[in-house]
Amino acid sequence: MDFFELFMQSLPRFADGMRTTLFLTVAALFFGIILGMIACFFKISKLKVLRAIATIYVDIIRGTPLLVQAYFLYFGISQGIGITMTNTTAGIIVLSLNAGAYLSEIFRSGINAVNKGQMEAARSLGLSYSKAMIKVVLPQAVRIVIPSVVNQFIITLKDTTIISVIGAPELMKTANIIVARNFRGFEIYGMVAILYFIVIFILTKISQVIERRLSNGKSKSSQSA
Amino acid sequence: MEKVKVRNLHKYFEKLEVLRGIDLDVAEGEVVCLIGPSGSGKSTFLRCINQLEEITDGEIVVDGASITDKKANINKLRENIGMVFQQFNLFPHLTVAQNIMMAPVQLKKMTKDEAAVRAKELLEMVDLGEKYDEYPANLSGGQQQRVAIARALAMNPDIMLFDEPTSALDPEMVGEVLNVIKKLAKDGMTMVIVTHEMGFAREVADRVIFMDEGVIVEQGNPMDVFGDPQNERTKNFLNMVL
Repeated sequence: MDFFELFMQSLPRFADGMRTTLFLTVAALFFGIILGMIACFFKISKLKVLRAIATIYVDIIRGTPLLVQAYFLYFGISQGIGITMTNTTAGIIVLSLNAGAYLSEIFRSGINAVNKGQMEAARSLGLSYSKAMIKVVLPQAVRIVIPSVVNQFIITLKDTTIISVIGAPELMKTANIIVARNFRGFEIYGMVAILYFIVIFILTKISQVIERRLSNGKSKSSQSA
Repeated sequence: MEKVKVRNLHKYFEKLEVLRGIDLDVAEGEVVCLIGPSGSGKSTFLRCINQLEEITDGEIVVDGASITDKKANINKLRENIGMVFQQFNLFPHLTVAQNIMMAPVQLKKMTKDEAAVRAKELLEMVDLGEKYDEYPANLSGGQQQRVAIARALAMNPDIMLFDEPTSALDPEMVGEVLNVIKKLAKDGMTMVIVTHEMGFAREVADRVIFMDEGVIVEQGNPMDVFGDPQNERTKNFLNMVL
């Protein structure tokens, strides 16, 4: 079977795998962004309890390998306390927890990067803390964090490959199945690598366009502190 | 009636006592200039008046309402106290007009249209009518500071606080900002101004207060304080800066 034939034959399964990969990524980022925002506001909160919760969450996620988290959640929890879930669900949970932890740190650094005179100026006008946050600090923080957030998107997309170990039928798992059948690892893994590369390349290009758009606005609006 | 009444104000940063018992009354329409060496606590004092700094002890009453009371509605009271910062602190993601309209619209004091009219008026007053749709980054320092003054005036405050409003400016821009402040003084605005511009303080102030090491060392009308300082520390300071 020549290369082209092999490619055409594998393509439908690659497409299925890629669909699952993208689904895992989008779901994980959706929940990750929500988790990240909550953890970020916990972390900058005045309440010690909330800060502690956020710190513990981020430290646990950052301090343990994703692979171990995936095994623990999918195999460990079901064996230990009998809660079972599908491998896709487990995958989304693990990836969301990870993206959320790292995004919360990114969001926090963005908020911290906004000059504290901005908050003071808004408060001095009579705006409440939350109004000042929403109207003055966050719009500036968003611009600052966009490159890091896109970077996290890419990391999450790559992390989906690790979910193959618990059997979620994403692109990497699909490749493994094909190779187990035909022993054409060189071609199949090579094609998979190229497919990941193309998706991430497109994502990077889109983010560059967004960054350029925003930095246009920035050159007009924000060199001053 | 006093617009600002400060009694026995103490402020600690951790263990460091930066304000060590300050009493001050500012009358309606009075212009008070705070001068003194850096680290003397004048900016901290000013920031206590609108509670950007929490005080450790004492009381501050603004327009008859205690702003240091735990139950005070601080946001409401701040609407009546405009503040202008050394670093301007304009909102860089908003246009000049949006900067000015922010507080009146967000706090539901005016509709968008009313606020827009008001922004135009205020910009005319500070001679920047043509900068209505500009972003702050396209303005010079002096222009930014004049916009900041307009923004602080948008809520029609009774009292204005200025924290070294010209210290971050290139020398040629100091005058245009001071002229706006003088205009406000002439219109009867009650103002407390921390400044290093002694000539300006002499000209505009009804009262000059010299602070050092967290206390008011000497105060009086500018002729007396600048012309015939009584305290040794005041004399030393004035010798250095004049």
